[in-house]
Amino acid sequence: MAFTLYTLIQTAILCTNAIAVLHEERFLSKIGWGVEQGVGGFGDDPGIKAQILNLIRSVRTIMRVPLIMVNSACIVLLLLFG
Amino acid sequence: MDYTAAQSGFRQRKLQPNMRLRNSSVDGSDGSQLFEDTSGIGPGSQGGYRNQPADPQAAGFSGQSLLSDPMSNLAMAYGSSLASQGREMMDKNLDRFIPISKLKYYFAVDTVYVGKKLGLLVFPYMHENWEVSYQQDTPVAPRFDVNAPDLYIPAMGFITYILVAGLALGTQNRFSPELLGVQASSALVWLIMEVLAVLLSLYLVTVNTDLTTIDLLAFSGYKYVGMIVGIVAGLLFGRPAYYLSLLWCCAAIFVFMIRTLRLKLLSEAAAEGRVVRGARNQLRMYLTMSIAAAQPIFMYWLTYHLIR
Repeated sequence: MAFTLYTLIQTAILCTNAIAVLHEERFLSKIGWGVEQGVGGFGDDPGIKAQILNLIRSVRTIMRVPLIMVNSACIVLLLLFG
Repeated sequence: MDYTAAQSGFRQRKLQPNMRLRNSSVDGSDGSQLFEDTSGIGPGSQGGYRNQPADPQAAGFSGQSLLSDPMSNLAMAYGSSLASQGREMMDKNLDRFIPISKLKYYFAVDTVYVGKKLGLLVFPYMHENWEVSYQQDTPVAPRFDVNAPDLYIPAMGFITYILVAGLALGTQNRFSPELLGVQASSALVWLIMEVLAVLLSLYLVTVNTDLTTIDLLAFSGYKYVGMIVGIVAGLLFGRPAYYLSLLWCCAAIFVFMIRTLRLKLLSEAAAEGRVVRGARNQLRMYLTMSIAAAQPIFMYWLTYHLIR
């Protein structure tokens, strides 16, 4: 129950890392969540599965480089301050 | 002395255009009439402001011979122009991250609005018209429309909740000053997580709505009113009163959220009460109900440990 803002930041970093390490061709295509299954119909409603796949793909594309920097900063801080 | 007086007069005249520019830009942004100008000295204040930098300098020059040096005069003029430039830059950059002008809309409230809204949060069953009125495409300020969301009540409710939680812990001899900070940060974290969860679910269901993040923050903050009522009743009258008042406030906030969100999330046909078939409308209805149902759960979760 004693949540602090620091645990929120930790949660955000861990969740973003978890989404970023999902590999496209080794994992997502095998379970039917690949890129080609995302852009299904061009109807009015993308559907929940297409939205989730879009979200995963955009997180992987955008957050790769910032995550590298944030993770390095976290590692250095944890080494220095425990 | 005459030479320095002429110099200081020259510097003051050069300073004034800078001050005047800054003043006019501030007036321009406040011209949207969100807040009434109750100061009553509007035009006079500009003249007073312009005269003000002159007077301390004149007093300084007549008082201390140290400041009559033209070099320090130059340094002071340069320093004050740097300060005004720095403030302009900080205002511009801060406005990029936190939309201050948009936040002003949410705090344009008055006492009548707050009273009516608090009554609505505790007893929403008699209110009929839940639509937000618009004025040429922009929502009307909260002080003119009781249905518009505001941030004043959530902010005040949050702070009052922290204080009442401290009071409740104090009556049970469990209080220490660090606990206030712990309560504050955990309530804030739950609020942020709830707003993020609602944003994520709105994205997944592809609802075309004009709800902004700040609106969601306002709606999530309305439950603090019910929590405070519950805790105060529990402190005054014991556990049964806590459960009864919490039950009443949970039902009230459930109905309030459903009636408010119905108009914003659902399509017009479904919002009018007609049963509309289709997976998408059903999904939106489930989303509205789950957002509304999350409020009582949070209300109980954040207060049960305070009443023993």
